Amino acid sequence: MTALSLRGIEKSFSGNPILKGVSLDAGPGEFIALVGPSGCGKSTLLRILAGLESADAGEIMLGDRDLSPMPAADRNIAMVFQSYALYPHLTAAQNIAVPLIMRKLTRAQRLPLIGPLMPSQRKAVAAIKRDVREMAVSLKIDHLLDRKPGQMSGGQRQRVALGRAMVRRPSVFLMDEPLSNLDANLRVHARGEIVELHRRAGVPTLYVTHDQAEALSMADRVAVMIGGSMLQLASPQVIYDDPAHIEVARFIGQPRINLFPSQVGADGTIALGDIRVGLPRETVAAGTSVTIGIRPEFVSVSRSGQQGLPARIGRVEFLGSEIILYCRLDAIGETVVAKLSPAEGAGLAAGMPVRLEFSADQLFVFAEDGRRLPSTPVDAAISLETARG
Amino acid sequence: MNAQTFTLGRAVRLSVLIFGAAIFLAPYVFMISTAGKAQSDIFSSSLSLIPQHWSYVQNFAKALTRVSMTRLLFNGVAVCALIFVFQVMIAIPCAYAMAKLKFRAARLMMMLVMLGLLVPIHATALPLYVAFDRLAVLNSYFALVAPFTISVFGIFLFLQFFRAIPDDLIHAARLDGMSELGIIGRVIVPNAWPAVTAFAIFSVVAHWNDLYWPLIVVSNQTYATPPLGLLYFRAAEAGDDYGALMAATLIITTPLVAAFLLAQKRFVEGITMTGLKG
Repeated sequence: MTALSLRGIEKSFSGNPILKGVSLDAGPGEFIALVGPSGCGKSTLLRILAGLESADAGEIMLGDRDLSPMPAADRNIAMVFQSYALYPHLTAAQNIAVPLIMRKLTRAQRLPLIGPLMPSQRKAVAAIKRDVREMAVSLKIDHLLDRKPGQMSGGQRQRVALGRAMVRRPSVFLMDEPLSNLDANLRVHARGEIVELHRRAGVPTLYVTHDQAEALSMADRVAVMIGGSMLQLASPQVIYDDPAHIEVARFIGQPRINLFPSQVGADGTIALGDIRVGLPRETVAAGTSVTIGIRPEFVSVSRSGQQGLPARIGRVEFLGSEIILYCRLDAIGETVVAKLSPAEGAGLAAGMPVRLEFSADQLFVFAEDGRRLPSTPVDAAISLETARG
Repeated sequence: MNAQTFTLGRAVRLSVLIFGAAIFLAPYVFMISTAGKAQSDIFSSSLSLIPQHWSYVQNFAKALTRVSMTRLLFNGVAVCALIFVFQVMIAIPCAYAMAKLKFRAARLMMMLVMLGLLVPIHATALPLYVAFDRLAVLNSYFALVAPFTISVFGIFLFLQFFRAIPDDLIHAARLDGMSELGIIGRVIVPNAWPAVTAFAIFSVVAHWNDLYWPLIVVSNQTYATPPLGLLYFRAAEAGDDYGALMAATLIITTPLVAAFLLAQKRFVEGITMTGLKG
């Protein structure tokens, strides 16, 4: 069942296509992270969904309602902005109350001076105050309610912004890089809190970020957007272990995936050092240029020093729980990054010659247009000379 | 800068400033002095600041009795207040639309505003006078107020200020359920007080002191604004009684001077904020 559905959303600004037909379905209570480099159109997509921009083409369905013709105010979509966008002249309590005041009070009840004279205004206002306080208690900001945004820290403002978005129980929750203005420690802490809040609210949430760690750690599914297209929408594990496109593989993963240009051999296989992977003959002709990718954690230093590709260590980065090795392959002059455990990396230093081994079953092969090609490891070891060809 | 050190450079700077201030203040000081002089003092050949015969009481009595001073002051306050209220009511939504809404005519409107800034009231005075005459609305508050209700300067000033208000704030307000007018009333205006104050100062000073336009459209004392009233006072009542005239001038300038002294800080803020002509 889909709660929220975007179909073929297109948008261009003064002739520049920003979104090239993006489609996305979110289940009820699903947390989807939209991740991509800056300028990929992820924030624009969020704004279109919120009703702050209009799409050139495509439709937005919430359940069986078509949202496209509705103004932002009627969509019942809440959004947390990167800058929090709190009203600077209002206290935290007033900020959180605004969406309730606009929705629960009639136009007459909202009027200054006259409003309080309207029937049942007092009751409605009391209900709003109670809701605001409950929300504040659940976000642990009830001691800040009388402060204005200027008197609060970044983390506190972010909570107020969350409170303002959640207090009216929206049917969709949008977040536009809500953590990017927090310092690193707070950010990791706030991740967990947002996931917890989302679980409690139970509404579909779209979370825009350029930080892959946030996307992978928080979301049920991750949508990778690059250049206005959604290249892959899948669970974090699939995005990481089974990228559908070279750009997805390149964007997700820290340190970045190793990519080597190569060509399909006459026997329909591709070789990298001692290992070989086969490609289905019917899809790829011999001599086709392809790119091989392997994640740094599947590159290892040969213990025996006999097998693997000869390389020279350029730089060693010690990160505590792991060691990142930047090596230069002697044969093809490419840089390879390897991620090792401290035990594996002990004693390695810049300038040392090593032999690098690759896990054959962790190799990705991408076609020239970036698509992933199905590949299977082939057991026979071949010489380095073939790999170079 | 350390206030304790008194160097030569500082002394020179201060004396230049004091000299400048004295030049600017001199007419006002002279006005205060003349307001207290008897007729014989004013026309004596010697120039002195201290009146020889103190006649403040007589002069002020004349100024207050011979012309309806309360009427003048009331007209001044009413006209300035009406002009200011209408200017703000028109300029704020207009500037908001131009700064934050996307519409096709935005560029054209911006050009018109810039053009409007270039056209002085003196160029449009005659056509406006003819039109008001045909409409038979000369000698009314309407004639005094209407030409100034749309202030391109106000639009321009608010436009610059609103452009600095983050878009996200307005997006948040829309998502919270506010209409565009609601956004202006609940988000823009409460955050635009510095701009409104600055504009109030420019507007009130300009229209309180304006003689040109009231002189054109008002010939009836009932609608005379303070500067125009002074003119009548000199022509009809005072003749060459400069003591009483200066006393009347003093009464009329006092409200603005008092307002300036009270809001001095804001005044300076307003000017530095716009960095524009007054």
